[in-house]
Amino acid sequence: MADISQKLQEQVLQARTSGEKLNIVGGGSKTFIGREANADAGTLDISGHTGIVDYHPVELVMTVRAGTPLIDIETALAEQGQALHFEPPHFGPGSTIGGTLACNLSGPARPWAGSVRDQVLGIRLINGKGEHLRFGGEVMKNVAGYDVSRLQAGALGTLGVMTEISLKVMPGPAASLTLVQDMAIDEVLHYMNSRAAEPKPITAACWFDGKVYLRLSGAKTAVEATAEKWSGDIMANGEAFWRSVQDMQHEFFAGQSAPLWRFSVGSTATNPGLDGEWFIDWAGSQRWFRGAGELGDMEPLARAAGGQVSLFRGGDRTGEVMHSQPNALKTIQQRVKSSFDPDGIFNPGRLYSWM
Amino acid sequence: MTTKPRISKAELADQFRTFIDPEYVITDDETIKPYECDGMSMYCEMPLLVVLPETVTQVQRVMRICHEHGVPVVARGAGTGLSGGAMPNKEGVVLSLAKFNRILNIDPLARTARLQPGVRNLAISEEAAQYGLYYGPDPSSQIACTIGGNVAENSGGVHCLKYGLTVHNILSVEMVTAEGDVVTIGSDGLDGCGMDLLAVFTGSEGLLGVVTEVKVKLLTKPEVARVVMAGFDSVQKAGDAVGGIISHGIIPGGLEMMDGHAIVAADDFAGAGYPREAKALLLCEVDGTEEEVHEHIAEAEAVFRKLGATSVRTSQSEQERTLLWLGRKSAFPAVGRISPDYYCMDGTIPRRHIAQVLTDMQKLSEEFGLRVANVFHAGDGNLHPLILFDANVPGEFERTEAFGAAILKMCVDVGGCITGEHGVGVEKIRQMAVQFSDQELQQFHDLKAAFDPTGILNPGKAVPALKFCQEYRSLEHKQHKHEHTEAAHG
Repeated sequence: MADISQKLQEQVLQARTSGEKLNIVGGGSKTFIGREANADAGTLDISGHTGIVDYHPVELVMTVRAGTPLIDIETALAEQGQALHFEPPHFGPGSTIGGTLACNLSGPARPWAGSVRDQVLGIRLINGKGEHLRFGGEVMKNVAGYDVSRLQAGALGTLGVMTEISLKVMPGPAASLTLVQDMAIDEVLHYMNSRAAEPKPITAACWFDGKVYLRLSGAKTAVEATAEKWSGDIMANGEAFWRSVQDMQHEFFAGQSAPLWRFSVGSTATNPGLDGEWFIDWAGSQRWFRGAGELGDMEPLARAAGGQVSLFRGGDRTGEVMHSQPNALKTIQQRVKSSFDPDGIFNPGRLYSWM
Repeated sequence: MTTKPRISKAELADQFRTFIDPEYVITDDETIKPYECDGMSMYCEMPLLVVLPETVTQVQRVMRICHEHGVPVVARGAGTGLSGGAMPNKEGVVLSLAKFNRILNIDPLARTARLQPGVRNLAISEEAAQYGLYYGPDPSSQIACTIGGNVAENSGGVHCLKYGLTVHNILSVEMVTAEGDVVTIGSDGLDGCGMDLLAVFTGSEGLLGVVTEVKVKLLTKPEVARVVMAGFDSVQKAGDAVGGIISHGIIPGGLEMMDGHAIVAADDFAGAGYPREAKALLLCEVDGTEEEVHEHIAEAEAVFRKLGATSVRTSQSEQERTLLWLGRKSAFPAVGRISPDYYCMDGTIPRRHIAQVLTDMQKLSEEFGLRVANVFHAGDGNLHPLILFDANVPGEFERTEAFGAAILKMCVDVGGCITGEHGVGVEKIRQMAVQFSDQELQQFHDLKAAFDPTGILNPGKAVPALKFCQEYRSLEHKQHKHEHTEAAHG
């Protein structure tokens, strides 16, 4: 529980003077994401910048220092019957809220509860000039100034060092259960989307190895009544199953060496014709593929499905790992980067080789 | 900031007429007049000319010409904005998207709609209703306002706490950049690679690009919705009841508060059967499955009674629910009937300060000698104080503006912000200096330049020039010192 923002700010100012580059590191649980970190850059360690700054359960808002482990946040929320509805993955006990937002990582509930990007209300950020700035706030509705807070989601720390994050939090569900049944991959997209279109308390839908899993959460009576109407067996260990999906500990993700590709596509789009193992989550919007391949060959498949692809884990991480950008957007993003970090101090080359 | 355009009005019009139907390149004052302001009619300006393109290619060509010659461009949807964001620039072009009014596609299985920017907000839900779907954000102006404008303002409405703002309900935007490129930000997926430009674009008030197409998410219409109305004899008790509901673990579809002035005005207007003697009224809508709503309505009624409600009434039919909402939805025109003019504010505060803020606002009301009625999106802390005034009384609008500025400062002081959903526009540009430091404002300017290097898109709006801020802050400081001195002498 310490505020080391001044030290962080000094290190940024020093780097600016000396021309040093900095890799931002929190709990160090997500080093596999993005391109390989620049070996010549120094380390800016925010893991000591921890603690809950402000939390009023009745406001449904919590403000925390960016280096705070997710587990500490979730424990404090659970004491008040609240939770992070975006179900952030824990890749280890050290996974922090800052890294979660920088990587824009959300769990199985994301299509219904929103992502970490959706729940962020405000941030404090040290930019590349060493200025400690505040954007957004601690209220749900705030349209004063550009939404710099949400701009951080997925930017992999290339715009600055987040020091504080304000998040919308929600009450935890009263009841929850999971229905499972056999289904072939070519039927499941239609099935999951049809279920999602019903006015029922569905909060997760995934498919793996010939089985579809649907989670219902909310008022007990509503969950039970829906489970009775819908087909499928009630899973005994539903909670543990979703936890393994959220933390990517499920057998599909764990202990394999084949490259892991993430397709973020239209929920009903025909699945790309790639031979290999698939795990379909988010009712079809997020599809994981295990197998060798080139990013350049994957991109047309993702585009045909209305979305994008990234090499999430494994494979060659010295080349590009993120879906390429059209020229006009590449130019804008390079200029946005310069506007925050004119000397290119933060996480050089981590997101794209050209950033 | 832009310098003077390097092309004359006549030359510019001639260039546009080579590729746009000449009838839709408007140069005469009489036809331009309706474009001089948006819903914030106190701020007016006549533009050089108005142009109404019909295709994305035409928008591109307009932007390229304006970029080449340094001509400011103000994009315009339905002109319902409440902060002067679409007020023209006198050296510039108004780019109306009125002709882009088609719903291109609704996909009931994927629950999405592809829209041209000029499609009206309500028209989306009307069209989607046949599939049991609707579009979430529902600003009060939803009959008239357009989806392009909603993206520019990040519009909200009464259901934000549960269903989010525009930024939470769109998948992608096709836009034309200041330099005339067409780009799509976002995709059919729920997120993409690289920076989240869609987030920063949403709510950027026309300063970063011109929207030419929007893909929105549609929500499934809930099985049932019912509303509990509770009257209270003090604002404090009603404020506590809002916290009580949320602490109980219920997230209402809508949670609205009105104060005494607004209750009476709305009831006179709509005949909704509100408790006219109440000092504060809550409308709490619960939606979901039959079972869930049944469970939560009983709990909400119990919470309100326990926290001192003087009356509790729950809608027993769809008709009754509509009637109870009618009063709230017509609160603005209702207040309009009891005063020659009204000025609608839009601050947001942490909910726990509601009673204090409303009490202090009452004091300010007496100091400024102007009445104020309050309607409040209580669920998400968004206040809409309506200051009642008469524009025909010399000096009264200036006094109203000063009262408004004092209210916004109060919102920032308790940890809130100067605008929840109406945008900064020209109206609140001075108050930006209250909420942000010079370094933060400079970062906004630099970010804007990344999209629009020559600053032709809606110049002078949303983010103030720094010089202007220093003047405003020092003026504020002087006023405060003056007030303190007076207080010390009083």
